[in-house]
Amino acid sequence: MPPIISRGFRGRRGDAPPGRVPPGQYVTRDFPVLSAGPTPHTPLDRWSFTITGEVDEAHRWTWAEFRALPAEEISADIHCVTKWSKLDTVWQGVGLDTLLDGIETSAEYTVAFSDGGYTTNVPLADLTGGKAWVAFSYGGEPLEPQHGGPARMLVPHLYFWKSAKWVRGLRLTAVDEPGFWETNGYHNYGNPWREQRYWGD
Amino acid sequence: MTWQVADVVGVVAETPHVKTIMFDVPGWPGHRAGQHVDVRLTADDGYQAERSYSIASAPDGTRVELTVVRIGDGEVSPYLTGQLRPGDQIELRGPVGGYFVWEPPLGGPLLVAGGSGVAPLMAMIRLRAAAGSDVETRLLLSSRGWDDIIYRDELQRLNGNGLTVVHTLTASQPPGWTGYARRVDTDMLAEVGPGPAERPRVYVCGPTPFVEAVAEALVHLGHQPQHIKTERFGPMGS
Repeated sequence: MPPIISRGFRGRRGDAPPGRVPPGQYVTRDFPVLSAGPTPHTPLDRWSFTITGEVDEAHRWTWAEFRALPAEEISADIHCVTKWSKLDTVWQGVGLDTLLDGIETSAEYTVAFSDGGYTTNVPLADLTGGKAWVAFSYGGEPLEPQHGGPARMLVPHLYFWKSAKWVRGLRLTAVDEPGFWETNGYHNYGNPWREQRYWGD
Repeated sequence: MTWQVADVVGVVAETPHVKTIMFDVPGWPGHRAGQHVDVRLTADDGYQAERSYSIASAPDGTRVELTVVRIGDGEVSPYLTGQLRPGDQIELRGPVGGYFVWEPPLGGPLLVAGGSGVAPLMAMIRLRAAAGSDVETRLLLSSRGWDDIIYRDELQRLNGNGLTVVHTLTASQPPGWTGYARRVDTDMLAEVGPGPAERPRVYVCGPTPFVEAVAEALVHLGHQPQHIKTERFGPMGS
């Protein structure tokens, strides 16, 4: 079916460099917020990050231990399924390669879990090889609670709901377990370049 | 999920800045109150823009209504609110979302909306009315002024039979106004109720700072965070 032409519609052009914005997305300079419930506020002295599941034993870092790990500065374009994209965002975070270093597992999938009960599933291969981080800083400032602070996943090559806010750990799983949005109508993998927004895309 | 052709069958001005556009979508699979759709516009040279809008209408055959605020410098909303006429066609796909939904016989909800955040909550209120439900339901709606209240007359008609509609007008009030005249806060939520002991299902929708403040106040009052469902739009602000 050819698209319906909207007579008189021009749209806004030229606000994005070609090749940077996936189909159906528009560039925003704001930083919109999408969350399914109230914003949790976990004090740092009660925060920890845990890797559990298909591992010999769970690995756990307190905030101080986590922040003592080597951190990286990341510049990335982010793409929210609600249609906005934000270019050249700057974060600091600990690479998942660093966190997973030395952990033996047969798992091929992961579920990130968060304060407030949020979960999202990501294949393990999408978290390794310099593609994913646990971020604690945005734009040079500590990550604000509304944007997922004290720490959130940063998996910029997938739609941003895969970058779990308020993340507290990763469960490594042998089978793929769809998370919160993935069981509520959203795509299981979420590649923005293939516009994998919803079930059936 | 495939794009479908939607025929514009009506356009209604809700307030000076807000219009409801009524569509007939042949083959529409039906929707649940609280879900949204994606809308796609295509220019004559093939350029496309997409946005998401909540569905404001109760499930009703192939009818879908969207309530759209005209954003002055927006890309899509000025076209939807300014150009669309009955007989026009656009593309949409949906419905989307299985979380921010309510329908009878779920327990009576507490609905809290800021401005056009009332749209998905209106779908719930309309569904409740269409189903003949008298389940205890409260809507607290924050608007800037009397003329900015979306669905004002219809809400007045539906008020009663278990539905309580409470307005707060944050920027200007008509002469003789005796209702709330401030932003939604903890005291207001406590007065409007129901309290956490009644374990209502709470739905909050509006601009991000509004939803942040309301959700925080509800948690402060003792509502369980997992009973508070939120839908936010726009940036956090300053």
